[in-house]
Amino acid sequence: MTPPRSPGPGPANRPAPQRPWHVRLGAALPLRYVLRRLAGTAGLLAVLSAAVFALLRVAPGDPARTLLGTRSATPQALAAVRADHHLDDPVAEQYGRWLADALHGRLGTSIRTGQDVTAVLGDRLALSAQLVLLGFAVAVALGLPLGVLAGLRARRPADRAVQSLAVVTLSTPVFAGGLVLIYVFSLMLGWLPAYGPGSGGGGDRLLHLVLPAATLGLSVTAVLVKLTRAAVVRELAREHVTFALARGIPTRRVLIRYVLRGTVVPVSTGIGLVLAYLLAGTVMVEQVFALPGLGQLLVGSVTFKDVPVVQAEALLIAALVCLANLTTDLVHPLADPRLRTAAATAPADRDKGQA
Amino acid sequence: MTPRTPFRARRIPGVLTFVCGSLALILGVAAVAGQWILPHWDRQNLLTGAAMPGGGHPLGTDELGRDIAQMVVAGARSTLSGAAVVAVGSMLVGNVLGVTAGYLGGLTDMFVRRWADLLLALPALLVTIVVAGIGGGGYALAVAVLVVLTSPGDVRLVRAAVLEQRHRAYVEAAETLGLSRTTVMVRHIWPNVLPVVVANTLLNFAGSVVALSSLSFLGLGVPPGAPDWGRMLSENRTLLYDNPSAALAPAVAIIVSAVVLNLLGDRLFEAFSDRRS
Repeated sequence: MTPPRSPGPGPANRPAPQRPWHVRLGAALPLRYVLRRLAGTAGLLAVLSAAVFALLRVAPGDPARTLLGTRSATPQALAAVRADHHLDDPVAEQYGRWLADALHGRLGTSIRTGQDVTAVLGDRLALSAQLVLLGFAVAVALGLPLGVLAGLRARRPADRAVQSLAVVTLSTPVFAGGLVLIYVFSLMLGWLPAYGPGSGGGGDRLLHLVLPAATLGLSVTAVLVKLTRAAVVRELAREHVTFALARGIPTRRVLIRYVLRGTVVPVSTGIGLVLAYLLAGTVMVEQVFALPGLGQLLVGSVTFKDVPVVQAEALLIAALVCLANLTTDLVHPLADPRLRTAAATAPADRDKGQA
Repeated sequence: MTPRTPFRARRIPGVLTFVCGSLALILGVAAVAGQWILPHWDRQNLLTGAAMPGGGHPLGTDELGRDIAQMVVAGARSTLSGAAVVAVGSMLVGNVLGVTAGYLGGLTDMFVRRWADLLLALPALLVTIVVAGIGGGGYALAVAVLVVLTSPGDVRLVRAAVLEQRHRAYVEAAETLGLSRTTVMVRHIWPNVLPVVVANTLLNFAGSVVALSSLSFLGLGVPPGAPDWGRMLSENRTLLYDNPSAALAPAVAIIVSAVVLNLLGDRLFEAFSDRRS
């Protein structure tokens, strides 16, 4: 553990004048570390994309039949599909071609509707993105303050109350929570619309997204509360915090500069996790609130075995997950000086800071 | 062996624990025997249709005139048994991999950790939706996929616990005696790791109740006709005007089960960390 800066008055203790930003950034994030993380992400993406490609083979039966869907499986049609998708080539070659196409935005055509998959995804992306962003805002706005409160008041009534709330939200499946919210706020109180994306402009859309976003946000709040609480409790028990308080530094200042600062790394790790939960939650929320977003498309396509659409969505999700991981890895050394030396020598230890 | 000290007296008298334990027992009985006790849970009465509570139906009826209360009891089995399989299965996988990786270290450890990291980065529910849906294997496949995706959490937990034990004197003593590595792992280290594992299994159980009922809600879990809370909820959610409890009762059942399991798991964790300190 790093000792706290020595106390004492006078300008002698001021930090040295700051170096230019690119020098500081270079010290915090050595190029080798960044490159290694990028390579790791690329590797992860390669593994995941191979898994996504393999989905066509996971579907029971002949891939050509799967790709035909409900069209009649005449030998000519099957042969045409085989030729079209190069199904008789070696698997590695097929994977390479598929990946190259995907990288160029050519994701094939939907079996169900015959539409271009890229266009279909594009139509639905906006709604889901709005939903995830709003849900994320709800989760952060609730989870972080409640977690800090619970951590500061650990084992006291306020903490117990927050923890109970967290357990209940953690135990509530998204669809059940959404249903309860619809029942209370739409049917009993009549304040908010229950279903659909709304027609017309931004205001109406926003009104229709209030309940879905609240449902989505609440479903992941517990994760943030737990992580933040644990981090605050751990930081409060640290020697440098006790010492700072003993030195007579105002409590508020200690809390902000020492305790909360120390929670940045575990909490930002948690936020990366939350994104994964949010993506899964959107699927359920869109189903409950009849929102035509990516999640609804995914469920519809999965039940119909519309493999190209499912593959495209899975690839999109995989890319988002990799991106979130990469971002947390790159942000950590910026937030925590101790990880900078680690970053310079070894890959960041992902276990660090987890409860 | 580390010295055994008794569990420290709890700060709050165990009222909550007692309530949770009783509820867990009731849920267990409903899951095991519910369909024997109430053999007529699926008796239909199309003339009544969806009706509000009353007239011998404490929670009313659904669209086919089936009694909601009886269906909720009968539905305990599929939801809870699937989740129990996921929790226990992931515990087994987690223990085998976690103890081996933690004790052997080296390359084994690296591979196991990479594997766990990879799976942990994935959104479990989404992967299950995609694989179970495309694979078309129904409930069994969904449960199997969830086992694979839940286990890395156990692997990490067990591995960390083993690493903590790894350098204790009793391990060294056992090794000095010339015991085989398997014996040291299974007979000496594993019992000391077990309490955390049990607590975590309860938490996984709770999580799996939520996950499996979500899948059933989407129509990817149990087959149509089988009593299941997630499925009931999805079929009855259009009845919110006619008989709200048709949709709300299974929702409450899911939430209560998960809360009970979560609280019991948390309590066990606390008891264990109290003992250790």
